[in-house]
Amino acid sequence: MRHWPVAVLILWALMALVGPWLPLAPDAVHLEHILEGPGPGAWLGYDDLGRPVWDRLVYGARTSFLVGVWVVALSLVLGTVIGALSGYLGGRVDAMVVRIIDVFLAVPGILLAIALAGILGPGIENVVLALSAVGWVGYARLARAQVLSLKHRDHVLAAQALGAGTARIVGRHLLPLIAAPLIVEATFGIAGVVIAEASLSFLGLGVQPPAASWGSMIRDGTRYMLVAPHLVLAPGLAIAAVVLAVNLLGDRLRDRLDVRRG
Amino acid sequence: MLSFLAARLGSAAVVLLGVTCLVFGLIHLVPGDPVEIMLGEAARAADREALRHALGLDRPLWSQLLTYLGGLMQGDLGESLYYRQPITEILLQRLPATVELALASLLVALVLALPLGTLAAMRKGSLWDHLAMGFSLAGVSIPNFWMGPLLILVFSLWLGWFPVSGREGTASLVLPALTLGTALAAILARMLRSALLEVLEEDYIRTARAKGLADIQVVARHAFRNAALPVITVLGLQLGTLLGGAVITETIFSWPGVGLLTLEAIQQRDYPLVQACVLLISFAYVAVNTATDLVYAWVDPRIRLEEEG
Repeated sequence: MRHWPVAVLILWALMALVGPWLPLAPDAVHLEHILEGPGPGAWLGYDDLGRPVWDRLVYGARTSFLVGVWVVALSLVLGTVIGALSGYLGGRVDAMVVRIIDVFLAVPGILLAIALAGILGPGIENVVLALSAVGWVGYARLARAQVLSLKHRDHVLAAQALGAGTARIVGRHLLPLIAAPLIVEATFGIAGVVIAEASLSFLGLGVQPPAASWGSMIRDGTRYMLVAPHLVLAPGLAIAAVVLAVNLLGDRLRDRLDVRRG
Repeated sequence: MLSFLAARLGSAAVVLLGVTCLVFGLIHLVPGDPVEIMLGEAARAADREALRHALGLDRPLWSQLLTYLGGLMQGDLGESLYYRQPITEILLQRLPATVELALASLLVALVLALPLGTLAAMRKGSLWDHLAMGFSLAGVSIPNFWMGPLLILVFSLWLGWFPVSGREGTASLVLPALTLGTALAAILARMLRSALLEVLEEDYIRTARAKGLADIQVVARHAFRNAALPVITVLGLQLGTLLGGAVITETIFSWPGVGLLTLEAIQQRDYPLVQACVLLISFAYVAVNTATDLVYAWVDPRIRLEEEG
């Protein structure tokens, strides 16, 4: 039981990565099965166009997984580089970066992402772009704070004395030390991105039909809630399970890292 | 206190200026031509040029920004492309609904979180604690756009207690406020629990217990006040999520507030209105956080003295 979060995440990743090679037909329309509940033909039933819900769920997993990995990776790299360099260099550069971070933090992230995605237009690349444009700030702030607390350590001084350049000191001597908290932050970040992607798709600003996303599945399902609640329940449970698993795992990761530090 | 006030207000003003530039820049740098949307694709090139010139869109970006900032100072946000009406009027019309929803959600959050967090901290490790923290985790993991439809399914469609959508009377406020409030309650309960647990370790709590006060008195009189400060800060910070989440919640329930307006403006490609909506919500967020900081400093002298000294 203790390992169910890991199991959920492995299942999620498997669905996402192996999905295209499974015998699934997420876009196949079966008019005779429209809005049919779970049954022998399809264990999660059919949607309003008669498409199998399970097949669409697997393809939705792919959307959320890909967006989650891409956005967290992009935000993490961008934020860490900006934050670490800014903290290390200090001075005017740092003052400016801090101002920019403050401004980004003053706009509710999901709101900015909604506006950006809306203006950029629909599509998975634009979702990734909009969410990364908002997502890097948290990592930058964290990386900067960590570097500030470490940059006067002896080993950094020694590296400076040896004539090492900025890139080498930040990359080789500071990054390994600030990696742990950033990884914890990134873990929690995945949960946020999964919800954000589904939110955009729910609002109709994410992936476009016929591509499947858990968010757009919920959006389409809400119109038939009374006759076919499985259309809303299945993708909702999938999102909640993944987000809960990520949060639990993040908590454990954080506890473990704290223990090591103390 | 006065110099702290001045410094805090000053930095808020700088942030607001930055936010305006950021939102203005993002919206203007992204591809898409408002003139084409206003006139349609069949318009003649000369008409387009004329309108572009009339709207000032042919001027350099910085000059447009300065004009916009100038208007903003006087409360003029320009005109909506879709409604052909001053944006300030439209916003003022929609604002009450969002404020109402935000306050109701805040109330829901406090009513849920205060007893849950307190109980969890007082009976740490008990069944109550596990239940409260379970609720908290579930609340964080269940997105608005799933919670809302589920509430509609149970309370509107099955039980018929509340209307499905719209804004007519108090009953219609219940489900949107619950949707938006529970997520906040989850975070708040967790925060309150950890703040209380920290405070309950302090010497003055031991003193209070030693002089024979009942558990409930110790918590209500001594622990609560000290734990309140970090919780208030988190509350202020979470308000941004609340306001951002309002776009989704207002859409689910067709709640005619600024959030729904934002989405409508996006769908109508009404760029000036999108920009104004994002700015309004961000300004509200900055204002609340600045107010939180000021209250915090006023209540706890250690903070303002530290920043001044």
